[in-house]
Amino acid sequence: MKPLINSLPETVFTTKVDDLLNWGRASSQWYMLFGLACCAIELMQTGGPRADLDRFGAVPRATPRQSDLMIVAGTLTYKMAKRTKLLYDQMPDPKYVISMGSCSNCGGLFQLAYSVCKGVDKIVPVDVYVPGCPPRPEALTEGLLRIQDKMMRERWLVKPSQPAEDAAQA
Amino acid sequence: MDAKEIYARLEKQFPGKVSDFKGDVSEPYLLVDGQAIIEVCRFLRDDSNLKFEVLSDLTGVDWPKEEKIQVVYHLYSYAQKHQIVLKVNLPRDNPKISTAEGIWKVANWFEREVYDLFGVIFEGHSDLRRIMLPEDWVGHPLRKDYVEQEEYDGMSTQRAPLVEKLLR
Repeated sequence: MKPLINSLPETVFTTKVDDLLNWGRASSQWYMLFGLACCAIELMQTGGPRADLDRFGAVPRATPRQSDLMIVAGTLTYKMAKRTKLLYDQMPDPKYVISMGSCSNCGGLFQLAYSVCKGVDKIVPVDVYVPGCPPRPEALTEGLLRIQDKMMRERWLVKPSQPAEDAAQA
Repeated sequence: MDAKEIYARLEKQFPGKVSDFKGDVSEPYLLVDGQAIIEVCRFLRDDSNLKFEVLSDLTGVDWPKEEKIQVVYHLYSYAQKHQIVLKVNLPRDNPKISTAEGIWKVANWFEREVYDLFGVIFEGHSDLRRIMLPEDWVGHPLRKDYVEQEEYDGMSTQRAPLVEKLLR
């Protein structure tokens, strides 16, 4: 993660507002508990004392309304896919999605089954794909760090101008 | 009682309704006439020597070449420590059978599952809905001629082939 700019040590603290906002967001990613299959066991391991996601400020939440990040861990069936979309829609912006494991990446081992959705990216936008069957806790931690990198690159105050919007205002 | 004695007992009680006994397999089975299945089941449960108080499983098998769907009842008796398997053949184009819900209550969910995946209609069932697949699902997936829909509820069921490439 990029350190905050600190040109006058001890007394004055200078930074960009975007960086400060992003730093706050990236350091407290609350992820929604979304274990669907065996990947959920590795997700629990990752949250446990050895891999310890908490040290990055990532703590599990039981409700989408308090979450910034959704970790889709496991085989996604069509029946569950509808619910996943609903839960994703209930999360407040800005929101991020990690697709964890082969099953949620592309259907994985079960992709030829009639009831399995061929990847969670069919229904919600995915930011980071973590490969593995299931991925080790280290891999998921890496995925979380990539999300942090992505968060630090966000620009909230200066939005790139959109030609269609400008034309409408003029 | 061993399976042979159970079969002999049933043959005596229901002449012409039970047939095709096969005893030299790990779970001996016999064929039961579809019309008689409820009375056979009731007898198996209530008879003091048979006492099949458990329906441990109820499944289906699709046989497209023989034009039939089989419903399979796995029975077990804790009191007598014996087991038997009943099979019923149904026509594939219109599979209908009476529900065993009134005999073993657990049949409710088993029958919903067989209805869900094979499309067997259990007449008299109190709540014959799909149990696992969504309610707006088209078709019964464990039938051999099941064709997957192109799309389910706006979600594409296709993906750029990964496994097919490896299979070739």
